[in-house]
Amino acid sequence: MNPYGPVAIYLCVALAAALLFTFLPGLLGRGKPNPQKQEAYECGVEPTSAVAGRFPVRFYLIAMLFVVFDVEAASLYPWAVQMHALRAFGLIEMVVFVIVIAIGYAYVWKKGGLEWR
Amino acid sequence: MDAVMNAAPLWVVILVKSAVLLLVVVTTFAYAMLFERKILAWMQLRPGPNRVGPWGLLQPAADAAKLILKEDLTPKTADPLIYRLAPFISLLTAFSVYAIIPFGASADGSAWAIGNVNAGILFVMAIASLGIYGISLGGWASGSKFPLLGSVRSTAQMISYELSMSLSFVGVLILAGTTSLDGIVNAQQRWWFLLPQFVGFVIYVITAVAETNRTPFDLVEAETELVGGFHTEYSGLRFGLFFIAEYVNMLTVACIATLLFLGGWNAPFGLGMVPGIVWFIAKVACFMFFYIWLRGTLPRFRYDRLMAFGWKVLLPIATLNLIATAVWVAYWGK
Repeated sequence: MNPYGPVAIYLCVALAAALLFTFLPGLLGRGKPNPQKQEAYECGVEPTSAVAGRFPVRFYLIAMLFVVFDVEAASLYPWAVQMHALRAFGLIEMVVFVIVIAIGYAYVWKKGGLEWR
Repeated sequence: MDAVMNAAPLWVVILVKSAVLLLVVVTTFAYAMLFERKILAWMQLRPGPNRVGPWGLLQPAADAAKLILKEDLTPKTADPLIYRLAPFISLLTAFSVYAIIPFGASADGSAWAIGNVNAGILFVMAIASLGIYGISLGGWASGSKFPLLGSVRSTAQMISYELSMSLSFVGVLILAGTTSLDGIVNAQQRWWFLLPQFVGFVIYVITAVAETNRTPFDLVEAETELVGGFHTEYSGLRFGLFFIAEYVNMLTVACIATLLFLGGWNAPFGLGMVPGIVWFIAKVACFMFFYIWLRGTLPRFRYDRLMAFGWKVLLPIATLNLIATAVWVAYWGK
């Protein structure tokens, strides 16, 4: 059997278990809702403003930087596995690649992209 | 038993194995929680849970019954579908990783895993990254301010630390020359990768603690400022699902640390007469104890320092570590 066959079967079992856990509270839990209980939590005060979907722009910046560096990490995996065969050639190739990324990293650092204020 | 195994179709055997494994994972979760409460209590000179059953051993069952029977509330500002979907995503991704984790090996070298895939570590990374969705969607869909802040924070924290985590794996991959988890364990028969990859191990431990949102990186649920963070609005079993996911993820982290750095089921000091699975479980248990020890010892980080530490310290060190490993393999490798 293809090694991913058992993985697929396991994932189905996990899915069934997770679905069971998700529907269990609806089946067994007591439901006595009232308007006070259904308020969003705000330390007991009535919420004065709607929850705006606004948060600091820094979070977006972190997300963009993450994409750049995570692609770097992902592209290192196949290289790493072949390192025993590639030897010095692989080393030089990778160091050049990391230097290119490092220039971008230094730029972001200098521009203050990694500061949190 | 063997006759039954041979008579049943292969997929039924795998189905039963999967169900048993899941049962083991859930039971381990329950007792990991009791273990944590006991250890924390002893560190603080308290007796810990000791009322339900002898020595508190039935406490997890009591907790589960309580959570299942609690009222399941949905705030009226919440997005009902995503609000209910989020704990499900967290739990499913937490469970899914165990599809490929090997726990030992038979004498002929075949690993004891549901699926022994060659892209093992990539599978783990892929599934573990999906776990972030549960937390970020859960906080967002609650329609409340504290959970929103908690989930945005957690997403930024988890993706920042995931970078250094994936880089800390690269050193191991260079030495092992394979991404399959049992291949990595077999490559550690002489030396555990803890020794040549000590820096990588330290980075992995720090990032893994941050990934699972545990003290000292539990800013996501900082009680004093965010009243629980992303799960403020959740009650009953839905809150419990996030809890199960967190502990199952801790267990996953301990398993990965054991497989990648602590030699998996290889016995230390030539103590080969003890079966490999016992070593595996012992190493995982030690790592879990370490997790709890951290919680009993360290205070919480400040958010700006946490982000600065991840980006300015861990990321460069992880990169230097992998270059050093590559240099070593290129010139002195076999």
